[in-house]
Amino acid sequence: MFFILITGLLLGGTYALIAMGLNLQYGVARIMNLANGEMLVAGGFAAFWVYTAGQVSPIAALLVVAPVAFVVNWAIYRIMLRPLVKRAKSRGALEVDSILATFGLSFALVGIMTWFFGGGYFNYSYLTGRVDIFASSYAQNRVVAFTIASLLAAALWIWLSYTRAGLRMRAVAVSPDSARLVGIDVPAVSALAFGLGGAVTASGGALISMFFTLDASVGVLFTMKALIIVIMGGVGDIRGTIVAAMILGIAETFVARVIDPGLTLAAAYVLFLGVLLFRPQGLFGRTPT
Amino acid sequence: MTMRDIRNLILSAFAFGLLALLPLYVSGYILSIATTMAMFTVLATSWALFSGPTHYISLATAAFFGLGTFVTGLGFQTLPMWLLPIIAAGLGAVLAALVGLVTLRLSGVYFVIFTLGLAELVRQVVTWVQNRTGQRGMYVLTSITERDIYWQLLGMAALVFLVGWLIARSRLGFALRIIGNDETVAKHSGIDTAAAKILLFMVSGAAAAVVGAMMAPRYIYIEPSTAFASILSFQVVIMALLGGTGRLWGPLAGVVPFTLLWEFISRNAPNQTLLLLGIAFLLIVYVLPGGFVGLYDRLRHRYGQGGQ
Repeated sequence: MFFILITGLLLGGTYALIAMGLNLQYGVARIMNLANGEMLVAGGFAAFWVYTAGQVSPIAALLVVAPVAFVVNWAIYRIMLRPLVKRAKSRGALEVDSILATFGLSFALVGIMTWFFGGGYFNYSYLTGRVDIFASSYAQNRVVAFTIASLLAAALWIWLSYTRAGLRMRAVAVSPDSARLVGIDVPAVSALAFGLGGAVTASGGALISMFFTLDASVGVLFTMKALIIVIMGGVGDIRGTIVAAMILGIAETFVARVIDPGLTLAAAYVLFLGVLLFRPQGLFGRTPT
Repeated sequence: MTMRDIRNLILSAFAFGLLALLPLYVSGYILSIATTMAMFTVLATSWALFSGPTHYISLATAAFFGLGTFVTGLGFQTLPMWLLPIIAAGLGAVLAALVGLVTLRLSGVYFVIFTLGLAELVRQVVTWVQNRTGQRGMYVLTSITERDIYWQLLGMAALVFLVGWLIARSRLGFALRIIGNDETVAKHSGIDTAAAKILLFMVSGAAAAVVGAMMAPRYIYIEPSTAFASILSFQVVIMALLGGTGRLWGPLAGVVPFTLLWEFISRNAPNQTLLLLGIAFLLIVYVLPGGFVGLYDRLRHRYGQGGQ
């Protein structure tokens, strides 16, 4: 039981990082990015590639993966998504457009990645030793991934809470129209948030590739999980995201260990159902007035 | 009923009559493409019945379709063949009602996300049940030929068009158009928005399940990973949006070219089908909002025949 709890928490830490990336994109830039999982897989591919080709550690690869992902996502927002934001007459119209456009992007990315890397699974062995925590042993790479994910998430939280740039971002998340009135450049902040979200997600992908077997088309599963976490935690709520990710990590590990490893998505759906039925505003969200 | 309606009805009946003669003249490869087109016509048209007016993008087609194939797979030996599509329709409507009850009271994003994973969820649960009961895939060996499937699907297409036409003229269709334009206005004019949406989603889900039940004999061997392949949902969305959801015949205008294109790409470059799907999505958003129907309306408007 205790073993499941710890394993779940270790998994949840990485999920939290991925979902924080999506939350930045949806909460601040108002883009429901369904290509989020493909960014993750791309980050994982990059880590895999530098590790097998040059024996560079996936952690060092983060120093390259994150900036590149930031630039790519920033450009995607400016070139692809900004025109949709401009043309949208309402929030609903933007949602439909951005869902379709990012679906297109997601399929195109899967197609391109299959082209380059083939359709097979890929993984590599890195830090395969064991770590003992409370008399049970856990895979070293999972513990390391969790630690780095926690550090990155904490850094992001502190940056959002205590800096002026973070304040601007939170202001846009609350209300883009009012943010404009107090002199915030909303398009620039949105693009920044979208880029940052992509960088965070890709970093999560590089970390997850240390212990998880990926393939070119697995992205949508992670998109799904990240979406469920974001909705469960509440859009734009970092604390909620972290708690929800931990809950999902534990629930998934529990189902995989006790019932059947093939039912992990079902576990996520049970949580999703509960949220939709009882707390559609998220765990810590207040009912909108 | 105006003269125009009567004329359209007669023309449509005539067109269906002609299409029904097709298997007498062609067979083999061409008939199989025609069957695929008939299948996608039913799926895309029934998808557009719900998603067209409401703008709620449903990605659950594969879940309903898979459900239908399993109804046939499990029941074809014990139950009469004509009963299977009816059972499939009932189960499809129940599943749609459950999904609708959970998500359609809330905003559209929840609905999209929920339907996105639905096929995969049902697949995982079915696989799990099969593993527990020690059952693997199943063979559907019947005397039903490609021709029969084509005729069944054609009949179903006629039914869906008729239902769509009737709904558009009914109070329900009117209510859905108001919901699509402005949900707040709809609520304030006394429309039970959730009930209207759920009802139509049930129609759409039942139709997809029926198609699954009819198509099952074509696959011969059924297993969860092929029956619930989520790519089907995306193909249906693309075809419907490419054609345009503004008119009843819109999805048909997308089904024909896209099926041919898909067939061509999957024969010549089978690894690039996903890239094609992605590019098609992007084209629809950036170049062809409103699909071919939207383009047709714009052209008509420009050349001065739009004012009727």
